Amino acid sequence: MPKMKGAQILVDALLRERVEYIFGYPGGAVLPTFDVLYDAPIKFILARHEQGAAHAADGYARATGRVGVCIATSGPGATNLVTGIATAYMDSIPMVAITGQVKTSLIGNDAFQEADVTGITRPITKHNYLVKDARDLARVIKEAFYIASTGRPGPVLIDLPVDVQIQEVEFEWPDRVDLPGYLVQSEPHPAQVKQASMMISESKRPVLYVGGGVVSSGAANEVRKLAHKCQIPVTTTLMALGVFPSDDSLSLGMLGMHGTGYANHAIMEADLIIAVGARFDDRVTGRLDTFAPYARVIHIDIDPTSISKNIPVDLEIVGDAKVVLQRLIEIVEKPDTEEWLEQIDIWKKRFRLTYKDDPNVIKPQYVIEKISELTNGEAIISTEVGQNQMWAAQYYNFKYPRQFITSGGLGTMGFGLPAAIGAKVGCPDKVVIDIAGDGSIQMNIQELMTAVENGIDVKIAILNNSYLGMVRQWQELFYRRRYSATPIKSPDFVKLAEAYGAKGMRVVRKEDVVPTIEEALRTPGVVVMDFIVAPEENVFPMVPAGEAINKMIMGMA
Amino acid sequence: MRHVISVLVENKFGVLAKIAGLFSARGYNIESLAVGETDDPRFSRMTVVVPGDDRIIDQVKRQLAKVIEVIEVKDLASGNYVERDLVLIKVPYIDSTKRKVDEIIDRFHLTIADIVEDSVILQIVGEESFVESAIEELKQVGIKEMVRTGTIALEKD
Repeated sequence: MPKMKGAQILVDALLRERVEYIFGYPGGAVLPTFDVLYDAPIKFILARHEQGAAHAADGYARATGRVGVCIATSGPGATNLVTGIATAYMDSIPMVAITGQVKTSLIGNDAFQEADVTGITRPITKHNYLVKDARDLARVIKEAFYIASTGRPGPVLIDLPVDVQIQEVEFEWPDRVDLPGYLVQSEPHPAQVKQASMMISESKRPVLYVGGGVVSSGAANEVRKLAHKCQIPVTTTLMALGVFPSDDSLSLGMLGMHGTGYANHAIMEADLIIAVGARFDDRVTGRLDTFAPYARVIHIDIDPTSISKNIPVDLEIVGDAKVVLQRLIEIVEKPDTEEWLEQIDIWKKRFRLTYKDDPNVIKPQYVIEKISELTNGEAIISTEVGQNQMWAAQYYNFKYPRQFITSGGLGTMGFGLPAAIGAKVGCPDKVVIDIAGDGSIQMNIQELMTAVENGIDVKIAILNNSYLGMVRQWQELFYRRRYSATPIKSPDFVKLAEAYGAKGMRVVRKEDVVPTIEEALRTPGVVVMDFIVAPEENVFPMVPAGEAINKMIMGMA
Repeated sequence: MRHVISVLVENKFGVLAKIAGLFSARGYNIESLAVGETDDPRFSRMTVVVPGDDRIIDQVKRQLAKVIEVIEVKDLASGNYVERDLVLIKVPYIDSTKRKVDEIIDRFHLTIADIVEDSVILQIVGEESFVESAIEELKQVGIKEMVRTGTIALEKD
């Protein structure tokens, strides 16, 4: 068998895993790998900061369901990936991150550009490896992709010393992975499914509460089938928007801190919550001891550690959401939910999701509504974090899973633009729009160059209110309007866009909102829309931190 | 409630750090943790003693099982396992303490590991409560230095 260098083995293994794109940044400790990438049939996209590369790989993974791949050099290159890896970890996104490392003989010596990257990333990866011998490399890469993409997905990091990249060994691609400690239980226990079906049939006020696990499992159709068969209303978490069409009469929209009033009331009055691929995050539950006081809880999740972590459950079903729901749909009988749905309709009318429009200023919600209309609810929307994210969640009419790309768990500002780049690379036929704030967009603005250079056609809509809006909102409501460090100055985004070679448009009048969005959608290439919006607009409804989720501030006249 | 959890892991670089990191990151307390290779050098067995209510213990077990290198997690049911702690303890062995030390050695069936000049190093092996009472007794003569392993435990069947 001919011998190959470690770097060649790495690239060959990536090709065997059908990797088409790598996002990253070169450096001293990955030179041998970049030398092989130079003429490999993999498209390499050079980010302008390693964090951008990690988010782009993440956005690619979220939009396509495939494993995103990013690469960086040792030390600072690797530590710059950390926020991106943590973001992917918190939202269970399949990613493989490859980092260069100083040569094995120098590890631990505080060498130039050395950092203990497996140590640093241990709590933010599903698994990580330091490969000290090229003979392990093929196996490690196969395992990494397998672990990243199965069970509850997540990022896996491979730290690769530079001497291992040039070490010559025989390349042997393993035909299977051998991980005795890693078992994925997809098929549920039949007795538990049977019990769940009984609990559903007996319920009077059931709610389906679905989360990101439904997206990773590809179970959106099963959720729809179960909801329709049993006439059960559905609320989704931020991560699952699009799983259930917002125009479906059974849709309750999003629940939690900025969820709809009717979703939160439904949860609080429910006698049965069927949680699927969701983890009862604190932004969803509000004050734990008041959460859903009348409900029995069925929790379906592939990750046993998610179950009974925050909320004690009555019935746990460990398994793949799609498989579990299929088994359940086969045997479940429809409960009588007529009265319950009537009650929900009353709440829907009473707590309609709305805002006070104004002809003289641009309301950020209005911008989102128009983007939703003009893209026919078909665009892939990424967001930054804060008010822009919550308004996008509330006012864009999502139709499909994988359409909404947002940092839910970690809440990473600066995520949206690079994630949009990754999403567009993965789904070139889709319109991809990053909904941003004037604060967040500045956190990874350098990625504009990545988009322009590679002809990655993303649109950016900045809701520019000259504040770090969500923090300002909390200061307004809970800190007597003492706006500490939240007023923020920005550069001229139009000129900035032009400097990067993109198109920039500023909108200050409400009547220009629609024509500007239309023009942006017509214009090929990267477009930055700078919407000057009402500066002190708030996101409502809002559940104050630590309150019960039906104790909402509605904020509307 | 004190739980003795036996964890079979792959004997690989970094696994102990991962397990220890898991406990600190999630805020679980560890009473003791002992680890060593099994008869098969590919595997190590950890014995972790964890205080906590049923819900915490349940989470600890689930989190442990989630670690890729963890092969098996067993929460040893009371009565169905043998547990031992090992203590080495140095006490003064001089005219004023000799009689008392000898008496404790006899009463607890302790082994003398070494005698150095005016001290004796005793070896105490037994269940936690037994070890604790032996240490308590030896405090009367003044403990110069001591070291103990964490609990190790083996399931009876």
